[in-house]
Amino acid sequence: MPALIIRRIIQSVIVMLTVAVVAFTLFRYVGDPVSQMVGQETTIAEREQLREDLGLNDPIIVQFARFALNTVQGKFGISFRLGRPVNELFAERLPATLELSLVAALFSLVVGIPMGVYTGLYPDRVLSKVFQTISLIGISLPTFLIGILLILFFGVLLSWLPTFGRGDVIQLGWWSTGLLTASGLKAIVMPAFTLGMFQLTLIMRLVRSEMMEVLRTDYIKFARARGLTNRAVNFGHALKNTLVPVITITGLQLGSIIAFAIITETVFQWPGMGLLFLQSIQFADVPVMSTYLILIAFFFVVINLIVDILYHVVDPRLRFDKSVVSSH
Amino acid sequence: MKSVARFQDTLHRFFDSDIWYSFKKSKVTISAACVTVIMILSAFTAPWIAPHNTFDPATLDLMDAFTPPAWYEDGTSKFLLGTDDQGRDIFSTILYGSRISLFVAFAAMLLAMLLGVSLGLVSGYIGGALDAFIMRIADVQISFPAILIVLLISGVARSVLPNVRHEEMAVWVLIFAIGISNWVHFARTVRGSTMVEKNKEYVQSARVIGRRRATIMFRHILPNVMGPVLVIGTIGLAVAVLTEATISFLGVGVPPTEPSLGTLIRIGQSFLFAGEWWIVIFPGVALAILVLAVNLLGDWMRDALNPKLR
Repeated sequence: MPALIIRRIIQSVIVMLTVAVVAFTLFRYVGDPVSQMVGQETTIAEREQLREDLGLNDPIIVQFARFALNTVQGKFGISFRLGRPVNELFAERLPATLELSLVAALFSLVVGIPMGVYTGLYPDRVLSKVFQTISLIGISLPTFLIGILLILFFGVLLSWLPTFGRGDVIQLGWWSTGLLTASGLKAIVMPAFTLGMFQLTLIMRLVRSEMMEVLRTDYIKFARARGLTNRAVNFGHALKNTLVPVITITGLQLGSIIAFAIITETVFQWPGMGLLFLQSIQFADVPVMSTYLILIAFFFVVINLIVDILYHVVDPRLRFDKSVVSSH
Repeated sequence: MKSVARFQDTLHRFFDSDIWYSFKKSKVTISAACVTVIMILSAFTAPWIAPHNTFDPATLDLMDAFTPPAWYEDGTSKFLLGTDDQGRDIFSTILYGSRISLFVAFAAMLLAMLLGVSLGLVSGYIGGALDAFIMRIADVQISFPAILIVLLISGVARSVLPNVRHEEMAVWVLIFAIGISNWVHFARTVRGSTMVEKNKEYVQSARVIGRRRATIMFRHILPNVMGPVLVIGTIGLAVAVLTEATISFLGVGVPPTEPSLGTLIRIGQSFLFAGEWWIVIFPGVALAILVLAVNLLGDWMRDALNPKLR
């Protein structure tokens, strides 16, 4: 176990370094940082001075080391577009994105697993066919189109739910939450549904196929032969064994939920990181772009690590030392 | 004459095959194939069949702006699905838009296929450090969602290219970005099957008679690993259409001067609140039907070409 964790951490560090190199290359070579910062009447000598002050004449390794050091300390530079420190911008928007992503993930699990179990247990019932059709539509409809349709029906035609923004937020220290106010809760319904829809279909299909696979195995037949109730067999034995891949996929999808939040945030004008990133692309705001890249990579790496460890906690087969298994 | 006979023979073999049989048996697949063919054909022939040329500003009349679809009271049969804010016929913009969407998706898939298949072949056949290197890159890339990579590449292109240039280059940047972000699936599959094929006798005998490495890889192994590539390519096409639409919807893809389906939805979204729903819904429906049909076709192909399921 510790060996595995150490190996995983080394791998994660390599991934982070690769991403840091990409981000640094972006930062350093896409657009000249000096000409972004100075006005038209700055003389060449002043430009040179600034270049020297910023350390842009140092060897590339030194520059990269400085960049990495700053990144670790959370100094990401200043946004070209907004003229404010990038870490401030992200700290403001991080809670919005994380809240949206977590609510969406929770929604997709809570709805997706029961739907998958049902379609796996009774593949021929009408309701299962309905669920299957919904999942096919969920995969084929692009995220932004689902969002637009929701806005049209619940926002414009019925005017039940707000169509943009987070509603009222409450400050808890540096974290701003919309989950404690009525308007905030109303505002998160449509974005979370939009974001969670694709994951929901994914989870449903996964649980369904795993469930059908498990129900065919010998130990399920044996459990039935022992005269256990359907409930004990289906939920105690079958469902429990389908959850390992579900945990993996959910964990890995959490990262892509945060990335896909870019689309949902654009549709609903949700003031999160994704919207910030998108605007930075439109205005070629390199510091914000490279910071977002590093931040997302960090989320991915951490989530992957947690999933790997969780995998070993959940699946007892993996906990055996390999030497013990092979000596049998 | 000989080639005609051979062609007839091939045709005969095709209609006799399991694949044709499973195609005939599935009504869903037949309709999906029909829809796909119709949409591709109508996109291809848009300049001839579209009722209005939406690229020619001279034909536009601002008086026609915001005409609702034909079945509304104030709609006209001149504009079947209504018009947008500039008086462009929605039906025609959809035809032209799907032309651009499909062009970008096909080109991007070709690029991804070319890149992925060659890298997979080389990686699987040569092996060693090169293989490890290519596959590590693939591992790192696959852990990031494709959409993020596409966004990043178009972001970089925006800051590198001067403003005037990037509008005309946008389509090519998009093709490049979507192509680059999708090669991994091809490479992994081809690498796996290449490693199986390279130990078979025909490859060994080709090696014994002294054929060059490149010839063995591309002439002998390649035809035998193409089956799964076609499946991934078909499903990948649906993904590419979706990615293009998403990026254009986000406003960093195809510019509004030459709108794709995604750009049309982006433009139409702002009129939703005024009740002009047709500007956004019809392009959206066209997009969804296209993706659904290609997805169904891909699903069928995966089952039909998978020997395990027979």
